[in-house]
Order: sequence, then structure tokens, then C-alpha cells
Amino acid sequence: MRQLLSGRLGRVRTGAHRAAGPDGAAAPVEEENLWGPSPVIEVRSLLKTYGHGDAAVRALGGPPDPVTGVSPGVDLVVEQGDMVAVMGSSGSGKSTLMNILGCLDVPSDGRYLLDGIDVGGLDEHQLSLVRNRKIGFVFQSFNLVPRTPALAQVELPLAYAGVKAAERRRRALAALSLVGLADRVDHRPNELSGGQQQRVAVARALVTAPAMLLADEPTGNLDSHSTEDVLAIIDRLNASGRTVVLITHEDEVARHAKRVLRLVDGQVVADVRQAPVDGPPPALRDPAVFAAHAPHALTSGGS
Amino acid sequence: MNPFETLRFAVGGLAANKVRSGLTMLGVLIGVAAVIILLAVGNGSSQAVKDSIEKLGTNALTVSSGGGFGGSSAATSTKPLTVDDARALADPASAPDVESVAPEVTTSQTALYDGTSHSVNQVVGTYPAYFKASNSKVAKGDYFSADDVLNSRKVAVIGSTTATDLFGTASPVGRKIVIGGTPFTVVGVLDTKGGTGFQDPDDTVIAPLPTVQNAFTGFGPVSQILVEAKSADATTPAQNEITTVLMSQHGIKDSSALDFRVSSQASLLDTQASTNKTFTVLLGAVAAISLLVGGIGITNIMLVTVTERTREIGIRKAIGAPKGVILGQFLAESTLLSLVGGGLGVIGGLIGSRFTIVGIKPVVIPESVVGAFVIAVAIGLFFGSYPANRAASLRPIEALRHE
Ligand SMILES: Nc1ncnc2c1ncn2[C@@H]1O[C@H](COP(=O)(O)OP(=O)(O)OP(=O)(O)O)[C@@H](O)[C@H]1O
Ligand SMILES: [Mg+2]
Repeated sequence: MRQLLSGRLGRVRTGAHRAAGPDGAAAPVEEENLWGPSPVIEVRSLLKTYGHGDAAVRALGGPPDPVTGVSPGVDLVVEQGDMVAVMGSSGSGKSTLMNILGCLDVPSDGRYLLDGIDVGGLDEHQLSLVRNRKIGFVFQSFNLVPRTPALAQVELPLAYAGVKAAERRRRALAALSLVGLADRVDHRPNELSGGQQQRVAVARALVTAPAMLLADEPTGNLDSHSTEDVLAIIDRLNASGRTVVLITHEDEVARHAKRVLRLVDGQVVADVRQAPVDGPPPALRDPAVFAAHAPHALTSGGS
Repeated sequence: MNPFETLRFAVGGLAANKVRSGLTMLGVLIGVAAVIILLAVGNGSSQAVKDSIEKLGTNALTVSSGGGFGGSSAATSTKPLTVDDARALADPASAPDVESVAPEVTTSQTALYDGTSHSVNQVVGTYPAYFKASNSKVAKGDYFSADDVLNSRKVAVIGSTTATDLFGTASPVGRKIVIGGTPFTVVGVLDTKGGTGFQDPDDTVIAPLPTVQNAFTGFGPVSQILVEAKSADATTPAQNEITTVLMSQHGIKDSSALDFRVSSQASLLDTQASTNKTFTVLLGAVAAISLLVGGIGITNIMLVTVTERTREIGIRKAIGAPKGVILGQFLAESTLLSLVGGGLGVIGGLIGSRFTIVGIKPVVIPESVVGAFVIAVAIGLFFGSYPANRAASLRPIEALRHE
């Protein structure tokens, strides 16, 4: 099954390159691909507007240039293994960007290359494969399937991937124990606390071993203790090589990232690197120092 | 996702809202059962008509007074039917295809026996040939004879309804009843004919023609003449012979200005059968409407279910569910609903058809069972797939934002 998948996505990749041929001349993207490993995320002049005419809302890409009338758009490159925090005030376009990166929404304009594949050239079925195999998405509002026990919840992406029942169960149980919920496998979402629900959501996102974990305010609804639990899991995932992009409003959460982006009015206005791409994330680099610098003392039981 | 898993997902989806699933199933059940039962009732009643055609005898022809179906322009000179006409028809030389002839007079009278009074639907005065021609057989006792007719004896053969109403369980044979003030001796009781019409053919008294004429109607014209042809195939030539004989009897030259009418029992019953067909079609239409309502029920439920679960569809798509899998789940749900509902409807319809409904014994039409079931499932499939397809085609984020 997995071989079939990689074969499929391989075909997709070549197809995308061929499709990119006519308009690819102006993009430096192709050249970079020739020399190094392609970045996990590569975004060029991304725009997203909602509505039409006067009522149009420019959610991403910034205000149009007064002279040319063209928005600058968002350019973003995220390397393999990076851990990026996206910050910005409410309505600045963070979720809009994240939904496009997660292939849940399509941009109005611009190109998005995921692992070198132009997502714009994929059909419905290929997109569902990409969502299933390449991306793990964690929502601010958990978005668990109602009335479904935790184990079935985590098995779901594997079921869609066509993994056999026994193997599925084994991997789902492993993912659930990774997030510390081995004793809650039969609980339905309405029988779990918010933090536990979010950890189920994280387990569901990572069970297919995706190269990229996208999290839209994963700790937005959680207390400080649950926040630490979830962040510890994310830190460990990043340390094991997963690329992580997360949205947050809290500096405390942003402290865990290797790189912090700041959005204002749909444009990236600041890009600060806190730690190198290679190596463990700040929290695991020197745990004692990291904990000491915490704004408020926390119990270390979280990790 | 193998089919078994899709099915498991679907069962889970239905079990999550048992009341709604149950009500939808009930709608389909009623629709399918109604089609089966109503069509069985219609079919049962036409079957009953067919049976009575055989009972009444297909060789019989009835001659009655009055113009043809087109209405008679020469109606002013209408001559009534008489015993002489009957005698002329019985002549084998001029009407070789006629087996026997029985002139009839009919009247309604009240019969009395031992303080019990019963108003008899039809008191018939006729000849013994009437019994064979009208396919009336005695169950007890005997027919009256030609001798009884010649001697105007006050004897009578009574129908089974008349017998039970007057005598209860006692045997009427040999007893005296008083009909319209005249005492009659019961010599025989007819077999039960049964019937579908409003008139009970078993509520009758049959007596020798001169006796009834003497007692009630007088020796004038007869009501009608019952003629039996030699065979079922001979009814048409017999009909022509009767027409020729009566035309000369009544002095009519123009065959378009007849003052009498010859009709076969079979053709009368054909008319009744076609009326019955209309009845069946009407019932079928009612049944089809109830099936349609059941189908709309499925559509509605699927629409509500899908709308309600659009967010869930969004979640499933976000974690990589292909459109086909989501579609499969909802399709399996609606198919299950209509399969189970339709199956129970078939069972309900077959059970319901075992009971007698408004005096009609339903006869199930196998095609209606298959048809109703197939239509129910097809409606479920078609209207189940439509809203699911709509939701599964949304972008994940649109579905997730759905309220
Ligand atoms: N479906 C939509 N239709 C119209 N406008 C939308 C839609 N979704 C988002 N917007 C608009 O796009 C802008 C950016 O929204 P977005 O959700 O990306 O903000 P955000 O940065 O995630 O904010 P928050 O921190 O509050 O979650 C907002 O002004 C919002 O009103
Ligand atoms: Mg947001």
C-alpha cells in the first residue's frame, strides 16, 4: 500500500513539473530544486481574497500597490525539519495562510509547492492523498469526529490510507500512548477534557507519520498545564525530524519555535530565527536553561 | 476502505440517530407495504369477477326488452317479450344453436316462515331450464320439474341466503313458506354462489313461471328470456338466430330498430371486469403516491443528515478522506435504510394481504412486490447520493466552516 502511494505521488511530482513548464521560466524555484533538496514549503506571491468587488476582503497578500494596483503577496520558504511559529493580531491572515498550506483551501493567486509538488496542479483525489500522507493538521477547535471513540478517531486517517485493521490498531495505540492517552482509547470526544481532545487531535495528525505538522493555535483553548503537554509532544516530533508550523498568540508558545514569523494585514513583516534548522528545538536543546527562563515557574511533569 | 468497512461506517452512522433512521425506514415500509396490499386488493376483486364469470356460465344469453345500445328511434312500437317469443326461440328448426329457453318474470316479495319475515331480493318465475342456463345448482332437495310448471304447483327453490335468513340452521326442504300471501312448498336450496356486487345473488326464490304470474305479476309480458347456447362457441350464432326469430315475431324489418336486446353473460362480466381494472389502477396510483412519499422521506432525511454532518465531512476530508469514500459511506447509509425499510415493507405487505379487506380476498401480484422493493431501493440510492455528492464536493474548509 505504501509503495503504491509513493509511486502515485512520484507520478504526481513529475506531472506537476511538466505542468509548471510554460510559466516556470520566471521562477527561481526550479533552479533551487536542481541544487539542493527542495524545501517542504515554498510559497510564491500568495494571495487570498474573499468576496468580489467592493465587498472583497484581502485576507492574505497585503494591500495593493497604489501605483500598479498589485498586491505584493506572501513569499515563504520553510526548510525540512524547521519549527516555525506564526504570530500576528486577530484577522491578520494566519489561519488563511495555514489553511492554504494544509491544502484545505485554495489561494486566489500565487503558487504553493509542497515537497516540490505544485499543489495547484493536483486533482481532487491527489489532494486527498496529500492531506492524508503528507500533512498532519491540528485545529484550534480540535475538530474531532463526533460520537467516535479516541482509538477509532486516530485510526481514521489510516483507514482512509487503506492500512489493514490490525496494523491500524497497533499504530493508533502507539500514537495515543505517545500523547499520553493510552488509558483513554475508548472515550468519546464528549468524555474527554479539552487538553485530552487536543492530544487526540495531535495523535490523529501524527499517526500517518506526515513530513509536516500544521497546527492552528493548538494550545489556544488549553490551560497552561495542557499547553505544556501538547508543546512537549510537538517539540519531540520536531526533534525527530518533522517540520512543524504552528500559529499562536502566546509568546510562551512561540519560545518553543526555531523561527518566528509575524503577520500584519496579510503580509510577513518580521522573520526571526531563534535556533538553527538542524538539531533539536530550543526546549530540548538545553531543557534546564529553557525552563529557568520561563516567565512563570511550571511543574516539569509535563514532559 | 473495503466494502465491509464502508458498511460498518454506515451502520454506525445510522445507529447514531436511531429515531430518525427508524422513522425513515417506517416511511419506506409503509410505502412498499401499501403498494403490495392495495394492488393485491385490486387484483383480488378482479379475480373474484373472473370466478363469477365461470359460475354464471359462459353459454348463457339474456334477451331483454328495449332498444339497442344506440337508442331506438322506433321505440314507439316496442313490443314486450312474451312466453310466445320464448316458445319460438325453443324451436330447433329456426334456432339450431339454442340448447334451452327459459322465460323469466321477476318481482320482489316478502317471505314469511314461522313468524320470521324476510324480504326477498328477487322472486323469479321461470322454467326448469333456468337452473342449468344460470348455473344454479341445488345443494339440498331438488329442482322443480316441467310437470310442476304445467300444473302451476306452488313449489319453490330458494337461495342460500334466503334459506339461512328464514330457517336458520334447520333444513327448509319440504317446509311451507308464505310469499306475498301465497304459500309455497320449498323443494330445494341452491348452492351458495357468492358475489362481488351489492346485490346478493343468493337472496332469491325461484318458482314455476305460471305460479308466479298467477300470484304476483299477471299473465302479461315476461321480464327477460334466458337462453342457453349449445356451447360457448355457439353463443354468437345463437345470438344471430335469436335476433332473426324475434324480428319475425315482432314484425321488424330494419335490424337497426330492434325493440329487444340480446346480451351474453360473458360480455356483461367483461364490462364489470374492466370497471374493476379501473379500480385496480386507482388503487395502484394511491399506492404509488405513498411510495413516492416514502421516497421523499428518504431524500429529506439524507438532506438533513448531510447538512447536519457537513462539518464532519469537512473533518474527514481534512484528514485525507477521498470524495469517493465519503460518498460511499452516505450512499451505504441510504441504501441500508431503503433496503431494510423496503424489506420490512415486503414482509408487512405479504402479511397484510393474508387478511380479507372490505370483503375482498387480496391476491398478491408478484411483480408488485419486486417492483415496489426495487423502486424503494432505487429512490434511496438516487436521492441518497445527491446531497452526499453535494457535500463531498465542498472544499474541506468550506465544509468545516458550515453552520
Ligand atoms: N470565509 C471568509 N469569508 C470572508 N472573509 C473571511 C473568511 N475567512 C476569513 N476572512 C477574513 O480574512 C481575514 C483573515 O482571517 P484569518 O482567519 O486568517 O485571521 P487570523 O489571523 O487567523 O485571526 P485569529 O487570530 O483571530 O484567528 C479576516 O479579516 C477575516 O474576516
Ligand atoms: Mg485564526
